[in-house]
Amino acid sequence: MILVRRRAGGVPTGPARVVRTRTHELTGGDRVFRWVSGLAAFIPLAGIAFITFMLVFWAIPAIIYSGPSFFTSTKFFIGNFYNPDFSVVNGIRAPFGATYGSLTFIVGTLATSVIALVLAVPISVGGVLMLSEWVPRPLEGPLSTFLELLAGIPSVVFGFFGLEVFGPFLSQHVYPALSHLGGVIPFFKGSWAYNGQGLLTAALVLTAMIIPIIASTTRQLVKRVPVLATEGALALGMTRYEMVRVVTIPYVRTGIIASALLGWGRALGETIAVLLIIGMTSGTPVNIFGTTSTLASEIADSLDSALGDATGMAVRALAELGLLLLVLSLLTNIAGRLVVRRVSTEALPVGRGI
Amino acid sequence: MIFWIFCGLALLLIISPAVAVVISVLVKAAPAMRWSLLTNTTGNATDPGLQNAILGTLVLCLGVVVVAGSIGVLGGIYLAEFATGRLGSVLRSASEILAGVPSIVIGLVAYTALVVGLGWGFSILSAIFALSLLVLPYVVKTTEVSFSQVPRSLREAAIALGLSRLTTIRKVLLPPALPGIISGLVIAVAISTGETAPLLYTANFSQSDPSAALFHNPIGYLTYVTYTYVTLPGAHDQALASAAAAFTILLVLLLIFGGRAITARQSRIMARLDV
Repeated sequence: MILVRRRAGGVPTGPARVVRTRTHELTGGDRVFRWVSGLAAFIPLAGIAFITFMLVFWAIPAIIYSGPSFFTSTKFFIGNFYNPDFSVVNGIRAPFGATYGSLTFIVGTLATSVIALVLAVPISVGGVLMLSEWVPRPLEGPLSTFLELLAGIPSVVFGFFGLEVFGPFLSQHVYPALSHLGGVIPFFKGSWAYNGQGLLTAALVLTAMIIPIIASTTRQLVKRVPVLATEGALALGMTRYEMVRVVTIPYVRTGIIASALLGWGRALGETIAVLLIIGMTSGTPVNIFGTTSTLASEIADSLDSALGDATGMAVRALAELGLLLLVLSLLTNIAGRLVVRRVSTEALPVGRGI
Repeated sequence: MIFWIFCGLALLLIISPAVAVVISVLVKAAPAMRWSLLTNTTGNATDPGLQNAILGTLVLCLGVVVVAGSIGVLGGIYLAEFATGRLGSVLRSASEILAGVPSIVIGLVAYTALVVGLGWGFSILSAIFALSLLVLPYVVKTTEVSFSQVPRSLREAAIALGLSRLTTIRKVLLPPALPGIISGLVIAVAISTGETAPLLYTANFSQSDPSAALFHNPIGYLTYVTYTYVTLPGAHDQALASAAAAFTILLVLLLIFGGRAITARQSRIMARLDV
């Protein structure tokens, strides 16, 4: 017996699925293929479980060693390898003087990603609304190509751009003007690096990296707003601005929140671009232009030196950082995907550099 | 009105980073371009080039196509054709969650599990597995979408003819879905070309051209050259970093536009198929 099922919601995304309900209608070859492909489909699930398990397993000694000071201390020092003594805390042996405090990285990660988000959402939504309301149809294609282009630029190229072009530009032309705000907001007062490396530069480059995610999702959502509602609003005499405010925005609001969460997840995990731009110093930044570090960039940067630790604790501390990063990214990602479930799939896959 | 001025500005802000990045990278790389980039390796003392990096990236991409391609396409077919209800949605969610894992975390786990744990050392295989895990969700998703977009009439005709599931998939559903699958693979390759973090501690880096050994054999890749050499002070190194960045971005652009051409062709084929 064949059951023809339609997807719920009436969304016109392809034909109904034909599903067989009786398995004895499958031939031997069918069964083998079903097993093999089922195994393949299971691999993402196995991968996630494996990643989580490995991180937890590797991080446990570091968790025992650091305890709650992991979250409260800004000092992350993998220890003096040349000192013959070891630090022993809670029964775990680590290089002399090793402290694994991640507050610097937590602050850095959250600060850069939140600033990037606060800047990216209005820019994306505004730009998409402009694209859908005012831009003539023939230009829409090329403009959306730019969006795809932005999504595709690799992280290291953004880092290169930030270090070589954007950072110096900001430090010479923009930051002097911004530091005038220092009279009002003390966090803007002070000096900055000549090549522009620091928190704000990294946050600005991150903004450019998460704009495609938010913009492409918003664009699909805006296309889905019922034409009857938008044209009805215009027929009632509303201006385009009022139509957008009264009809479009309420429709897409949840979707924007969801895509913002997805973009946040991407910003949290961004490694190489941030590593090159943020200056990689320990300790919270003195002002908004100051250098600091983030979870992801610290892991990438320190793994090399951590390999020299004979006790192996440094790698485990980095695994603890990785575990924290994983939890943060997964939380924002799952929250985002729970909120938007039915966004059509022809557009950019979100999350990586494309 | 002010609102729309702001929106126009926003649109400009969306477009300009892409343009700025591409143009500035190409401008910085232009003076460094010469033929010896393609014939010399980065280890060459007098005139370093990018041969090992380019070949390494190509080898890694090929490996990703083989590994992630086979697993992802099979998995996508399973999700589209056989998975129903709870199991299907659990597997799909797992795939989406995997897409959200940061690339450095995947690199770290690949290091601890493959390089150290299994004793493979810095090797091509560890790098390929790390990259494949990274891009797997995209291949699975695009395959699943391609298969579900094949028109119902084709499936019904196959059932009417009494074809087995495997034959239906192979002969009836796969040909129309193939362009979509290929565009998914192109996306996977584009992502692999641009990734650095997972490769840092799985492939390490090699100054010589890739060899056939799968284990204990570091391999070079383009993004590492940019990442490392941009922080070095010498003019030669900066030139190399710019050239590597330019090659990376040109490769990615080629792949993006190639993928779009394939997808455009597919929608034309699909339009003809709908009876």
